[in-house]
Amino acid sequence: MSHPIMKKQKVFETINIFDLLSEEIVFLILDCLNTNPLDKKSFSLACKSFYSLESKHRKKLRPLRQEHLPKILTRYPSITHLDLSLCPRITDNSLTTISSACNSTLRSIDLSKSGAFSGSGLLSLSLNCKNLVEIDISNAIGLKDAGAAALAEAKNLEKLWMGRCKLVTDMGVGCIAVGCKKLKVMSLKWCLGVGDLGVGLIAVKCKEIRSLDLSYLPITNKCLPSILKLQYLEDLVLEGCFGIDDDSLAALKHGCKSLKALDMSSCQNISHLGLSSLTSGTGGLQQLTLAYGSPVTLALADGLKKLSMLQSIKLDGSVVTCAGLKAMGNWCVSLKELSLSKCLGVTDEGLSSVVTKHRNLKKLDITCCRKITDVSIAQITSSCTTLSSFKMESCTLVPREAFVLIGQRCHSLEELDLTDNEIDDEGLKSISRCSKLSILKLGICLNITDLGLAHVGMSCSKLIELDLYRSMGITDTGISAIAHGCPDLEMINIAYCKDITDTSLISLSKCSKLNTFESRGCPFITSLGLAAIAVGCKQLTKLDIKKCHNINDVGMLPLAHFSQNLRQINLSYSSVTDVGLLSLASLGCLQSMTILHLKGLTPSGLAAALLACGGLTKVKLQASFKSLLPQPLFKHLEARGCVFQWRDKGFQAELDPKCWKLQVEDMVGGGY
Amino acid sequence: MDLKGSLCADTWGKSSSSSGELPKRMSSNNSSFADFDSQQPQQKWEDQIILDYGMRMNSPFPEFNQPQTQSPLPCDSSNQIKFPVQMNEGLQANKTEDWDPKAMLNNLSFLEQKIHQLQDLVHLIVGRGGQVLGRPDELVTQQQQLITADLTSIIVQLISTAGSLLPSVKNNLSAAAPSIGQLGQFTGVLFPPVDDLKGGVQPQNSSGRKVSNNLNHVDLGGNCVTEQNHTVEEHELKDEEDAEEGENLPPGSYEILQLEKEEILAPHTHFCTICGKGFKRDANLRMHMRGHGDEYKTPAALAKPHKESGSEPMLIKRYSCPYAGCKRNKDHKKFQPLKTILCVKNHYKRTHCDKSYICSRCNTKKFSVIADLKTHEKHCGKDKWLCSCGTTFSRKDKLFGHIALFQGHTPAIPLDETNKGLAGPSDRREGNEATSKIGSSINFNFSSNVPTGNGTQNDMDTKGSADDSASFFSSLNFDTCNFDGFHEFPRPPFDDSENPFSFLIPGSCNYIPKTGGDSSLNTLK
Repeated sequence: MSHPIMKKQKVFETINIFDLLSEEIVFLILDCLNTNPLDKKSFSLACKSFYSLESKHRKKLRPLRQEHLPKILTRYPSITHLDLSLCPRITDNSLTTISSACNSTLRSIDLSKSGAFSGSGLLSLSLNCKNLVEIDISNAIGLKDAGAAALAEAKNLEKLWMGRCKLVTDMGVGCIAVGCKKLKVMSLKWCLGVGDLGVGLIAVKCKEIRSLDLSYLPITNKCLPSILKLQYLEDLVLEGCFGIDDDSLAALKHGCKSLKALDMSSCQNISHLGLSSLTSGTGGLQQLTLAYGSPVTLALADGLKKLSMLQSIKLDGSVVTCAGLKAMGNWCVSLKELSLSKCLGVTDEGLSSVVTKHRNLKKLDITCCRKITDVSIAQITSSCTTLSSFKMESCTLVPREAFVLIGQRCHSLEELDLTDNEIDDEGLKSISRCSKLSILKLGICLNITDLGLAHVGMSCSKLIELDLYRSMGITDTGISAIAHGCPDLEMINIAYCKDITDTSLISLSKCSKLNTFESRGCPFITSLGLAAIAVGCKQLTKLDIKKCHNINDVGMLPLAHFSQNLRQINLSYSSVTDVGLLSLASLGCLQSMTILHLKGLTPSGLAAALLACGGLTKVKLQASFKSLLPQPLFKHLEARGCVFQWRDKGFQAELDPKCWKLQVEDMVGGGY
Repeated sequence: MDLKGSLCADTWGKSSSSSGELPKRMSSNNSSFADFDSQQPQQKWEDQIILDYGMRMNSPFPEFNQPQTQSPLPCDSSNQIKFPVQMNEGLQANKTEDWDPKAMLNNLSFLEQKIHQLQDLVHLIVGRGGQVLGRPDELVTQQQQLITADLTSIIVQLISTAGSLLPSVKNNLSAAAPSIGQLGQFTGVLFPPVDDLKGGVQPQNSSGRKVSNNLNHVDLGGNCVTEQNHTVEEHELKDEEDAEEGENLPPGSYEILQLEKEEILAPHTHFCTICGKGFKRDANLRMHMRGHGDEYKTPAALAKPHKESGSEPMLIKRYSCPYAGCKRNKDHKKFQPLKTILCVKNHYKRTHCDKSYICSRCNTKKFSVIADLKTHEKHCGKDKWLCSCGTTFSRKDKLFGHIALFQGHTPAIPLDETNKGLAGPSDRREGNEATSKIGSSINFNFSSNVPTGNGTQNDMDTKGSADDSASFFSSLNFDTCNFDGFHEFPRPPFDDSENPFSFLIPGSCNYIPKTGGDSSLNTLK
């Protein structure tokens, strides 16, 4: 008998049973802890060895403040991916710290939205982090050519995003082209200082390029030949390149054979002629985006006939003719994705001829095709039975009976947008058969009630996103059904469902994955309901409780305590005062605040709250506060990385729901 | 040479010529060409520059043809007669070149070389054609076969070596193809090469010219790039290379003249037979002669003396450089003759003489031909586009062409900007100002927040602003210690009111950042 006791003692004295777990096994366990960031935190707090193991294991980091960088980089030595996009500002000092701490382990860094750094910071990064392959410096609006030249020292760079670096010119991009020869992905979107010469040099020097985004650059045809000669180019975005026109494209005899995706949206000077000459040599094209482009006519559709590999075409916002659609129906390819959202001229006849041919469509977007009726819906549902995404917002001529067909025939639907349609409970009941449904948008569907929604709640257990904006027939019963049936729910919008009370919120608090909650204009919601959400939904990152008059400071306290992931909040028109606002300061993540028309807010309380919330990047405020608070305060906050948006709209009383709908219809009518 | 200088400056000066401005410039050039002594090989080069870099696509079509026809090679009046087809092809080829002047530079020199070989062959055929006159048909066909084989091999080589350049090759080939066809036709119809001198329409010659016309723009890129270095060698290259275009006369088909060194370096070439005064130009001498009596004032005496009597066949004159061992010396294995006396003079001075003219502005560039110096001085110091190798360019596209051509060269960012850029975006200073203003406007009641011995000014500012926020707090009667977040305030006080999300707003494309907004606007235009 003594033997086992002896052994037990030995175990307790010398061996920690967790020591038996090898590092690899712990790492494997840690690999599985990905869903909730807090899980890893809990793990690391278990014991010292777990703490150090977790520190060693972590590869990715997304810090909120640059001040803590030295500490956290010491703690986590294996960081390869550093996402600094949540830091309001990243200075050269921080970049120097990072470069000396991470050294050659760092492979990827995201500096978008934090452009307070300059060339010297980037230089130390490029020189020290030899293995850096990815860098995102989008929105570094102060960065000049010298900064780009510093980046060119990162010789192993493969992916570079530098959208909206407006001060960088051809010279800077030229340096990058010469220095970073291994570039595979490059985005120059909105780099307005970059023209043909810089882009041309990229194409000449960086032969490995796979993906190139040249949206809104002042480039002309001159750089196109060298771009199209890129041997591996697969993805080319030329959105809004007004300098490219038909004449020049006509002279392009050779296309890019490797090209798989081409985006020529908003290229005003390109008609079907230029397009057909551009696509003539690109037989392997799979995705074509021509949003807001030239009219989709017979000629254009015929010109694209040659693209034998085409799978996806997006024509959003273009004028579409019936003949064009019919010609598309005669293509020998079988499209998987078709987007006709906001296209003028889509009729039952045209749309039917397209969908009867392309029976393998997986994604169809006919948003705002206002002329289509049940004829189209019948044709779509009978032909394209394998649809996984179907968006038909504001197809107002489609009668309620037609929606039954969707549920009857398209069982593979995962995403369905029925915003602003005539669908009723019968339709919803039918749609509930789509058991794979994960995104369902039912905003402004005035005919649906709890009855229909209950069917959805019962059958669609995979629902992740539900939009019930202004669907005023919905009450607590419906929401409860959803909350019970859809445990994976991450996003719900119940704005202006005026009958909803705290009961709904209490039932929704069971959805632990909920990260976005919007309940604008629900007068019956109180701080009690909000508290339930705060306690139950720890993942909450976005909260909009505008015009919830009954939410006050009491609701803010649990929020401040439990919702440690909250990043964005809208408190306008609520009854929150200084105290509530100030309590939110304990939320380290909080970045964006909209606080308009808060009656109980005083200038001094606001100042205190603004100062206390250290991570703020964006604050929407009443313009009157501008003069009530000292200017140095704003300057200080701006220096910290906070942007103020001043609003001067008067207090708006909530309109009668039906009146609102009429008003919207007037506006829409005026638009056409 | 003066004219050349001014033209040069004119062309280089306007770095980005808009298409609207172009025709005007072209026509002004044309008029000057008309006045100008036709024995200027630079003309063509100038035209090419304008055409290649200034012209935007089709718009100045008539202007395009004019300078070409007005830039005849010396003693080669037949070249003025061109077929419309040829012009079109020239334009077409030019257009392609205009597409992408930079990327192809790398391979163009190679292409050029190859096509020159092709040309040689063509000329050889022309030459041979004269000799086989009246011979049996078998020989002609045999010859044709041989030539076809040669051409084919060259074409194949061309295609294989310039695989990536396929479109441009295709273009060159398509332009060259008719000339090959014509060759086949014309080997039977024989014109002795001597006949070239008469102003008749010469099919062979024009077909040969056609090839070379297409070539002119091809090798141009290379010329331009090197020209930018402003070294004397490049000037020479330009002169001589141009003189060579379409030249490749078969040996023996021209007369070789060689001037002596003293003759070449003599300041004057025309001397008054009465008083012995020397002149550089024949026309000046004739003007001078008027002073010696009325007999020199007659229209006949003042008229330009005819060089050839018109009907009699006359051998083409070509010149040899007296410097032994020079490629331009007639004893050299690969002798390449010089076209005119002017060419000889410039060549000799540039290649075999001291560079005694030093640019007074930069004190580095040396020239042996004064016109070269003048050309250089016109834009010395104006070259703002700098390469890492130290070469400067007056035009950005030239710099990028240079960088595209050479491995390891990179654009050099001007030093002032580098300093600024490395020191941080200029708004940084504003930020500092802003925070220091905060500091001054508020009484510092530093308490625990102030660390001792903070080093840099930057830190000082930061702390200042932090404490300033503390003072806000205390004025509001909040207890400082309630707010843990407080120690987080010390951030470098950069001021940047840009909204990071404003790029989502469609209208923001016109948004100009507050610093350096001008430059982004300019480039947009």
